[in-house]
Amino acid sequence: MRRLGLLFATLALAAGIACAGESRVPKPVVHIENPGSCVAPAEEMRRNHMVMLKHQRDKTMRHGERGAKVSLNGCIECHASKRNGSVLGGKENFCESCHAYAAVKLDCWDCHQPKAGYKAAATETPPGGFKP
Amino acid sequence: MSQSNNNRRGFMAAAAAGAGFVVIAPGIRLIELAGANAPSKGASDKVRWGMLVDTTKCAPGCDACVGACNKENGIVEQVADPRQGAQWIRKIDLVDAKTGKQHSLPMMCQHCAHPPCVDVCPTGASFKRADGIVLVDRHICIGCRYCMMACPYKARSFVHQPLTTQAPEVPRGLGCVEACTLCVHRVDKGQQPACTEACPQGAMLFGDLNDPASDISKRLKEVASTQVRADLKLDVGVRYHGI
Repeated sequence: MRRLGLLFATLALAAGIACAGESRVPKPVVHIENPGSCVAPAEEMRRNHMVMLKHQRDKTMRHGERGAKVSLNGCIECHASKRNGSVLGGKENFCESCHAYAAVKLDCWDCHQPKAGYKAAATETPPGGFKP
Repeated sequence: MSQSNNNRRGFMAAAAAGAGFVVIAPGIRLIELAGANAPSKGASDKVRWGMLVDTTKCAPGCDACVGACNKENGIVEQVADPRQGAQWIRKIDLVDAKTGKQHSLPMMCQHCAHPPCVDVCPTGASFKRADGIVLVDRHICIGCRYCMMACPYKARSFVHQPLTTQAPEVPRGLGCVEACTLCVHRVDKGQQPACTEACPQGAMLFGDLNDPASDISKRLKEVASTQVRADLKLDVGVRYHGI
């Protein structure tokens, strides 16, 4: 009985090592376009970026405090991929790579513009509901 | 010696502060130059932003303000049903049935001092900034559209489709209610709203209603102005002359 227990324990340990070694989920590819110019050290950013952004968003939106060190548009300008100019788009894009790995849904980009230096296009004809 | 110098400097500073402003050239004051370059410290409750629309200048058929608003705020999406279109600003033509007199005017969020949209919002997403600009916090807007029904000016609209063409400084998206922001991102930088700047007739005047020295306050003192639906006693920030 004791021998069987030992066998199971060994098997479990071996399985654990195998899982840690080769995960089915590929590690995120974090490519930093402008290294060393972030508003805080990488360790702090990894753990607290969401807190920093949430704190600043309320200050900016509710109290109109602009030009702060922390800014979502600042993140995009620096971290947008040089390939497609966005923080989204594929597994190698800055925001999407980690969030896909961690399975944390990104709501920011439902409303915010994920492309760096994006200029809103001019329209000749206004959308429906405008014309008198 | 240094003591007396300090006193003199202190006196000069106090004198300048007491005068309130220093005139550099006609129309330009030191305080305005300083304000334009300083980073925004935030909305102040000493300021009440407002607008005066001169409907005697506003040209029928002209929609420069609407186009400028669309461009500034990234409103480029085509909607399936025109009733779902964004209502940040729209042109309205009025005709007096008796006399035939025509008026044309832009209608947008009136930035009420007592906004009904804020009263009815169940989540606190509709709010009024300290400087009187009424906004929607899209982070907590649940898209219930109570505010759209409460607004007497039909100034709010709902985004019915996913968007990808937002301007970086004007986030907007599916499932949230939106309205004129008085170009708050420009105002915080010391600029005018896009519509005001674009009006070829110069029919729109933007400024601080609380400052008796501002152009808008002086103009409001000179000419008769109307609050649309003044009977609701909302104390609107956008006023019209000539209707």
